[in-house]
Amino acid sequence: MSDTPRAGKPRIATCSLAGCFGCHMSLLDIDERIFELAELVEFDRSPIDDKKKFDGRVEIGLIEGGCCNEENVATLREFRRHCDVLVALGDCATMGGAPALRNDIPLAECLREAYLEGPTVHNPERRLPADPELPLLLDRVYPIQEVVPVDVFLPGCPPSAEAIWQALVALIEGRAPELPYELLKYD
Amino acid sequence: MPGNDRSVDTVVREVCAACGRDPTRMLDIVRGVQRRLGWVPEEAVDRIAAETGAPRAEVAGVVSFYAFFADRPQGRIVIRLCEDVIDKLHGAERVAEALVEELGVGFDETTPDGLFTLAWTPCIGMSDQAPAALVDDVVITRLSRDRARQMVRELRGHGDPHRLVRTWGDGNNAHPLVRAMVENNIRHAGPVVLDGFERGRALEHALRMSPIEVIREIKIARLRGRGGAGFPTGMKWEFTRAAPGERKVVICNADEGEPGTFKDRVILTERADLMLEGLTVAAYAIGADEGIVYLRGEYAYLLALLEDAIERRRRDGLLGRRILGRDGFDFDIRVQLGAGAYMCGEETGLIASCEGRRGDAKNRPPFPAQQGYLGRPTSVNNVETLCCAARIVERGAGWFAGFGTKDSTGTKLFSVSGDCRRPGVYELPFGTTLGELLERAGADDIGAVQVGGPSGRMVGRDALERRLSFEDLPTGGSVMVFDTSRDPLWIVDEFMRFFVEESCGFCTPCRVGNVVMHDAVRKVRAGQASAADVERLRALAGTVRTASRCGLGQTSPNPVLSSLDAFPERWRRELRPARRDDLLPTFDPRAALRAAELLAGRSSTVFPPGEEDAR
Repeated sequence: MSDTPRAGKPRIATCSLAGCFGCHMSLLDIDERIFELAELVEFDRSPIDDKKKFDGRVEIGLIEGGCCNEENVATLREFRRHCDVLVALGDCATMGGAPALRNDIPLAECLREAYLEGPTVHNPERRLPADPELPLLLDRVYPIQEVVPVDVFLPGCPPSAEAIWQALVALIEGRAPELPYELLKYD
Repeated sequence: MPGNDRSVDTVVREVCAACGRDPTRMLDIVRGVQRRLGWVPEEAVDRIAAETGAPRAEVAGVVSFYAFFADRPQGRIVIRLCEDVIDKLHGAERVAEALVEELGVGFDETTPDGLFTLAWTPCIGMSDQAPAALVDDVVITRLSRDRARQMVRELRGHGDPHRLVRTWGDGNNAHPLVRAMVENNIRHAGPVVLDGFERGRALEHALRMSPIEVIREIKIARLRGRGGAGFPTGMKWEFTRAAPGERKVVICNADEGEPGTFKDRVILTERADLMLEGLTVAAYAIGADEGIVYLRGEYAYLLALLEDAIERRRRDGLLGRRILGRDGFDFDIRVQLGAGAYMCGEETGLIASCEGRRGDAKNRPPFPAQQGYLGRPTSVNNVETLCCAARIVERGAGWFAGFGTKDSTGTKLFSVSGDCRRPGVYELPFGTTLGELLERAGADDIGAVQVGGPSGRMVGRDALERRLSFEDLPTGGSVMVFDTSRDPLWIVDEFMRFFVEESCGFCTPCRVGNVVMHDAVRKVRAGQASAADVERLRALAGTVRTASRCGLGQTSPNPVLSSLDAFPERWRRELRPARRDDLLPTFDPRAALRAAELLAGRSSTVFPPGEEDAR
């Protein structure tokens, strides 16, 4: 995919795949520095500005969550095609996280428990969701590094606002983020 | 089912009583219970724990750890087909198909009539007469499709695996206590181990020296351990002798589990007395009163012969109290039979197994020489090492050091198998070139050679001038030959599968690392990997090697690393260029969506079928 490089401020795109939006909330936790960030960068495709499509090259892509369905994979591929630097934001993107708890259980069994045989299920027609509007699930939840090449990993559930801030500043300035131990310590 | 008429309670009580309710005899107890009940039910685990006072989890741990113990009902006859790489290249997979067809069940399954259970097992030490299988304790060699079918039909008739053996092998394989179809395949008998031996000779020489002098003799001979690691034997004995402790122990490691190795099988068959004499010399030198021979479960067919040899030595005053009339020299030997676990070849795993526990490796220090079996200073030596030690005492350190090279004195028994005309055991001086050994073995078309088993290294034709020795190309004995039609990556795949299977699971680098490495190798073979994946694999291999707790994980990356060195172009040929802006070649969306498509009854429109190559 060849986007023409654009002049002006660096652009950031974000998305949440099989995540809980907690990492996006943590991004917003940078508080008043959000103004500073708005000075430094321009938000491109992101739930933050509700821009749904890429229309050019973007410098930094932040991915929250792993891939649990076909739509996640397609979105991730779009991000990889348009972003210079792709960041795995948080533990789900990096390792699969809580959604990956289903990985040891065959898909059919997961769906049977959720839609047919769970103790609180009411489904007299005994139908599994199969509307073409619904993206098909993958056999398991894949961390994004198993799907596309990833450049930077920001661990944490979620990564703290400070960790996200320092990493973003480093990337905007063209450096590799090197976070101090305190920002990578979770207990 | 044998013994079903007896209640679990009675069986467990009787078996435990016969073993003195001693929890350190747990392997014998579990084996005894299984022999009577056919398997080890939960109820028996409870009862064994109560009888021996061992924690229940330890009993259950033993039952689940060892491949030969069953925690669910199994057939009256268990057929274990050897799945070693050498057996496979001699057609084990075709034999497997025939067995599945004839039995009507798959592997790890039991026939509905309860007669047969079919299973795979790692190398059973018969690579020179592969494909081979264990039918209960009976070794069946040189299997073919037809012979496999015939075997099953016969067993349906008479139900006695021993009756499958109609011709006996050479030497002691035909001994009334053995009666096995196994062939020794001794292709070259050297002057040290396979030379003739007169019982008691070495011990008489030893008793003319002080224990310290015996150790000095071993050190002058520069004897190094034959199991693979090559630790100086004299030093090990000296440490054990010097370690504080009232009682000391010497153990013979006859758990020959490194795939492709079978030289100890031949020594135990033909020179058991030399090994036992070496063990007794070690006891004298160290001041040990207790000896254990840890015999791998796969060699159970040699148990009676070995116990007979021990008994005869007792009768001749070579074991027991006041050996050869020497006051204060009291020493006896028992045989501990293993139950199918590669881990137990590692000396701390082996000690744990002798103590009646899972064969997990222990932390070091303390080293076994300081605190080994039951906390006592313990020296664990390989079968062949003990034979060499006996010879050194009998014939002198100078004589012994006259063979071999400066850092690898004496001779070495090599087990050669694979694509060669004369597979078998070769006793040759250390320093013999790989090419010379393979020429003797009749290997005309050499593609790859695995020296030292899966944990050793893979080399190509350019290594034929290298010398088999600790200083150049070391091996515990295994030399597997693969001709040019064999794919080195297939061999690596097989070896990594072996390590995944045999990792004891205690430490993460080995438990997880081997699985991830094996997956990576398979992805390379499937043409899904890029150069970056191989670099990651190499980095991971380094981590597993550095961070694993024992020798298993420290050597398991060797097939990957040594084949990358020896056959880089073979690896490169499978690699795909990595595109930075697209899905990784290792990720296959079609495969990942198959289950959901089946459940939804429709195909994906995002990644439609037939567009695999379009992306």
